[in-house]
Amino acid sequence: MIEFEMPKPIAKQRYLLQTVAEEMMRPHSRYFDEHEHEIPWDYINFMHQALQAVGAGSLAPSTEDGGEEKEIEEKKKKKYPPIGNQSLAFMLETLSWGDVGVYLVTPGGSLGAAAIETTGTPEQRKKFLARYQQEKPAFGAMAMTEPQCGSDTSAIRTSAVLDTETNEWVINGEKIFVTAGKISLEDSDGLVVVWATIDPAAGRAGMRPFVVEAGTPGVKVTKLEHKMGIRASDTASIVLQDTRVPFENLLGSPEIPKKETKGFKGAMATFDATRPLVAATGIGVARATLELLKDLLSQQGVTIRYGLPRQKLSSVERDVIDMEIMLESAWLLVIKAVWMTDNRKPNSLEASMSKVRAGDIVTKITQKAVEIMGPLGYTRDHLLEKWFRDAKITDIYEGTGQINRLVVARNILGYRGSQLR
Amino acid sequence: MYAFEPSDEQKMLIDAIQRYSTNDLRPAAHDADEMSQLPGDLVEKGWEMGVLQASIPEEYGGFGDHSAVTGVLAAEELAWGDLAGAFAVLTPGLFALPILLSGSEQQKEKFLPQVIEAEWKPYTAALVEPRFDFDPNDLDSIASENNDSYLLNGEKVFVPYAADSEALIVYAQLNGKTQGFIVPAETNGLEVGDRQALMGINALPLYKIKLDGVRVPKHNRLGDQPDHDFNAIIDASRVAIAAMGVGLSRAAFEYSRDYAKDREVFGVKVAQKQAIAFMLAEMVTEIEAIRLLTWEAAWMIDEGKEEASKHAYLAHTGAMDMAMMVTDRAVQILGGHGYIREHPVEMWMRCGRGIATFTGLAMV
Repeated sequence: MIEFEMPKPIAKQRYLLQTVAEEMMRPHSRYFDEHEHEIPWDYINFMHQALQAVGAGSLAPSTEDGGEEKEIEEKKKKKYPPIGNQSLAFMLETLSWGDVGVYLVTPGGSLGAAAIETTGTPEQRKKFLARYQQEKPAFGAMAMTEPQCGSDTSAIRTSAVLDTETNEWVINGEKIFVTAGKISLEDSDGLVVVWATIDPAAGRAGMRPFVVEAGTPGVKVTKLEHKMGIRASDTASIVLQDTRVPFENLLGSPEIPKKETKGFKGAMATFDATRPLVAATGIGVARATLELLKDLLSQQGVTIRYGLPRQKLSSVERDVIDMEIMLESAWLLVIKAVWMTDNRKPNSLEASMSKVRAGDIVTKITQKAVEIMGPLGYTRDHLLEKWFRDAKITDIYEGTGQINRLVVARNILGYRGSQLR
Repeated sequence: MYAFEPSDEQKMLIDAIQRYSTNDLRPAAHDADEMSQLPGDLVEKGWEMGVLQASIPEEYGGFGDHSAVTGVLAAEELAWGDLAGAFAVLTPGLFALPILLSGSEQQKEKFLPQVIEAEWKPYTAALVEPRFDFDPNDLDSIASENNDSYLLNGEKVFVPYAADSEALIVYAQLNGKTQGFIVPAETNGLEVGDRQALMGINALPLYKIKLDGVRVPKHNRLGDQPDHDFNAIIDASRVAIAAMGVGLSRAAFEYSRDYAKDREVFGVKVAQKQAIAFMLAEMVTEIEAIRLLTWEAAWMIDEGKEEASKHAYLAHTGAMDMAMMVTDRAVQILGGHGYIREHPVEMWMRCGRGIATFTGLAMV
C-alpha cells in the first residue's frame, strides 16, 4: 500500500508536543539564545516528568529485552506496524519547531542511547538505559569527532586497550564537538558513547563504541564551544586520560573480523537510524520559519495564490511556493527513511538522502526568509535571524551534506569507499 | 499509517508496464522522435495493458476503480520508456476521465463504454491556449449561452490527435469558470489547424484548433448542469504530469549513471570523480523527493482530502524544476556525447523543459 495518513498515536502525541513547543520553548527562545550555556531546567524537568509519565524515558525508540525481532513479528501479526522511529521523528520535528537549541537538551539518551539501542546487547540496553527511567533527568551523548578528524571518522586516534588483569578497557584520547557532552557528564548521571580503536592497525575494523558513564575517573570536560546558533545546547571537548571502564562497556563484539569492517559498520548502522532523525530537527526549524514568514507577509497584505502559473505570481509568491515544495518533499523523505528503520529495511541510501535534502532546504528556507523580510528579517525582534543561525548546523552535524552525498553516491553507484573517496 | 510499497496488484501493473516500456517504448523512441511518428502497433499494444480500462468501473465497460495513486505509478513507468509514447497511450483518458470524474450519469453511460470497450481510438481534449501565462483557470476561450446550447469561441494548441479524433472535450470559460464541453469531431466551426512542430515529444501528433462558434447542445456540457468541478480534472492532470516528469528524470538519471560508471577519465571511471558522483547523488535525491510529493498528492486525491488541489499543484511545480535539473545534468555528465542525438539524454532534456507546459496533455 501507499498511504500518507499520520498514525493516530502520533497525532495525539503531536498535539501535546505542540503545546509544549508553544508554551515552554518559544517564549524562552530568545533568552537562551542570548544566554549561551545556561541550562533550561524548567523545560528539562517538565519534559522529564512528561516522558516518564508516558514511559518513554529514553528518547530512542524502546525495544523490549531480548526479542526485538520477535516483538516486531508479533506486532505485525496484530496488524500494529512498528512506528517507534516515525513517532520519534514527529516528536523531534515538533520540538525543533519550538526551539532546536532547547530541544537538544531534552533529557533522555539522545544519540548516546541511539548507539546503545543499535549496537548494544539486550543486557547492555537494560543496564545503561535504566538511568533514563530514574527520578532525575539524565542525558546522553556520542563522542566521535577528534581535533584532527571530523568527517573522516575512521581516522580516530582515541585508543582503548584491554587490561587483562582487571578486565577493564583503558581509554586515552581527546574528543571535540560532543553535543550535550557537559550536561551528560557533569550536570546529570548520564553517559557518553565514546568511539575508540582497539587496534590502530586494523583501521575502520578496529573501531568500537564504549560507554563512559558520568563520574568515571579520568574523563574531563575541557572546553565549551561558542557557536553561531543552537546556543542552549553545549558542545564540549572531552579529554580521556587512562579512563577505565568495565569490559562490558564495549558495545558489540571485541573480535576483529579479518575481512569485514564490522566496528565501523556499527557506527554506520547508528547513522542510518539517527540521520533521518537529525534531518527531522531541521525540518522543524524550516517549518517554523515558513509559518512565521507567511504570517508576517500576510500582516503586510501578501497572500499566496496557489494554483496560478508561475508567470502570474509575484517573486515573493514564487519563493514561498518553492519553499513549501522543498519543505514538504524533504519531510516525506524523512518519513520514508524512518518508516524503513521501523520496518527493519536497509535504509542507508534513504537515510542519507533525507539528511542531504533536509540540510539543503533548511539552510535555503531560513536564508531566503531573512532576505524576503528585509529589515524585519535581519532584526532580533523576530526569530527569523535566529533560525537562520540555528539551521546551518543541520547541514553539518551527523554527517555534513558532502559526506551524505558520498554515502548516497556510493549507494547508487555500487561503489565501496576505496572506489569513491 | 504511512506505507511506501505499492500493493501486489499495483506491482503487477508496474511490472507489465516496465516490460512494455523496456521492450517497446524505449527501443522505438529515437526513430519516432526523428520521424515525428510512433510505430503503428505501439500505441495499441500499450492500450491493451489496460491502464485506463482498470480505472473505469465495470458498469461503464472497464474493470476497476479510479485510483490516482495507481495512475501516477503507471504514468511514471510509461514516461520512463518514452514521454511521447506515454502521452499517446494515455490520450483517450483525456476524454474518458473528465467524464468519469465530473460527467453526468447519462454522459458516463453514453460515452465511456465506446472509449473503453474498443481498441485505442483518438478521443482527446483541448485545454492549452497560445499565451505565455496560460492559466487553466482563466481561459480566453469563451462559452456563451445561446437558447438550448452553448457557443464556443477561441483558439487551442497542443491538442493530441485532433486531426483524427472521434470526439474531444473542449475547455472554455463560462461565467468566469472553466467548464468542459463534449464535442464530436465533425462539429461545424471546429477547425483543426496545422500539426505543431515542437522542441520535444515530436512523435506525438499535436494540433492547433480554432473554435469558431462551435455549437454544443446543453446536455453535452460536462456534468450537464450545474457547474462541474474543474479542480478534480486539473488535479488529475497535474499529478499525471508530475509523475511523468519523475519517470522521464529517472530514465535520464539511470542512463547518465551507467555511462559515468563505464566511461574512463584520467585512469578512473568518471563516476569516481566527486564532481560527477555528487551531481548524481543530488539528482537521485531530487527525483525521490518529488516522487514522494507526487504520491502524497495522488493519495490525497483518492482520499478526497481538502488540500489535494494545493498538493497536486506543488507536486507539478516541483516536478518542472526537478525534470529540468535532472535532464540538464544528464546531458552534462555525458559531456559532448550528451549533445549528440545518438544518445537519448538530449531528447530527454528537450522533453524535460516541457513538464512545465504539459498540463492538460495527460490525466490519471
